[in-house]
Amino acid sequence: MYNVIVVIIMALLTYLSRILPLVFIKNQITNKFIKSFLYYIPYAVLACLTFPAIFHFSSNIYLSLIGTALALVLSILNQKMYIVVLASVVVVFGCSYFFY
Amino acid sequence: MKDFIYGIKRSIPIGIAYLAVSFAFGVMAVNGITPLMATIISLTNLTSSSQFAGVRLIFETASYIEIAATIFLINLRYSLMSISISQKLDESIPTWKKMIFGFGITDEIYAVAISEDRRRLSSSYMFGMIILPIIGWTLGTLIGAVSSTLFSNRLLEALNIALYAMFVAIITPDAKKNLSVFIVVIISIALSCLFYYVPYINEVNPGLKIIIPTIFATLLGAILFPLKENNKEEKENV
Repeated sequence: MYNVIVVIIMALLTYLSRILPLVFIKNQITNKFIKSFLYYIPYAVLACLTFPAIFHFSSNIYLSLIGTALALVLSILNQKMYIVVLASVVVVFGCSYFFY
Repeated sequence: MKDFIYGIKRSIPIGIAYLAVSFAFGVMAVNGITPLMATIISLTNLTSSSQFAGVRLIFETASYIEIAATIFLINLRYSLMSISISQKLDESIPTWKKMIFGFGITDEIYAVAISEDRRRLSSSYMFGMIILPIIGWTLGTLIGAVSSTLFSNRLLEALNIALYAMFVAIITPDAKKNLSVFIVVIISIALSCLFYYVPYINEVNPGLKIIIPTIFATLLGAILFPLKENNKEEKENV
């Protein structure tokens, strides 16, 4: 029951966040502070979700650090998202044979 | 019809990327919920970060308020994207159509749609854009969730990095180009580590561990580096 309610909450809030502005906002938002706040939110959220959790995605700290470094380097080199994702998984999988 | 087909073509790379990442989500989710539940979450949410956070909170049996607050905060960016998309939509599109294709506005679909050359986006284009990503995201979750027992622990552990790698790939290009984004990201990481490692502080509810650092870092960013006029909010993720 708990799970079902959570799923409904998640789906509803996600849907409303997308739909409400589309339906109701006809004009551009002009408040500079609100615009800035909204602008930085995705970066802050994703950074908090990723770090430091990415250092512990594997039970082996060296494997975690290798994966983190690879994802960072590939992203800095402007690789496409799916390349960063697939390369990280493949390399971590390959390296795991050296650590276990 | 032409717009619809064009939309579908433009969404193919997104669908493929989603298939891979949602596979990892499915594998991760079945640690605490059923494959059916994981698939329903993907079909009804169509979002990586808040689903990921939501499932993590389900694992810890967080309170409804905590989950709602976290999801709300993480999804605020969709509101921003919707505002931005609404400026580019054909004015003749009726509200009920917006209420259907609006469901499919994700980071990646937004990035592609907003970068189209055409001045106005039609509803057919938007419907074409969202179909493959929805199928890819849901199908990937289902396959990952039901087949996770077929894979070695080694591979399952490697798949844990998929979602994080995607987030890194979304943040890094903008942090590289834009110093204020870079600083906001560094502050977020520092605060998040604080709530993860420092004794006593790391005992707060799991949802707050994401909410508090996010609000602090975002407020600091908005105060220290307010956007200049005509600054474009769009992101290029794909």
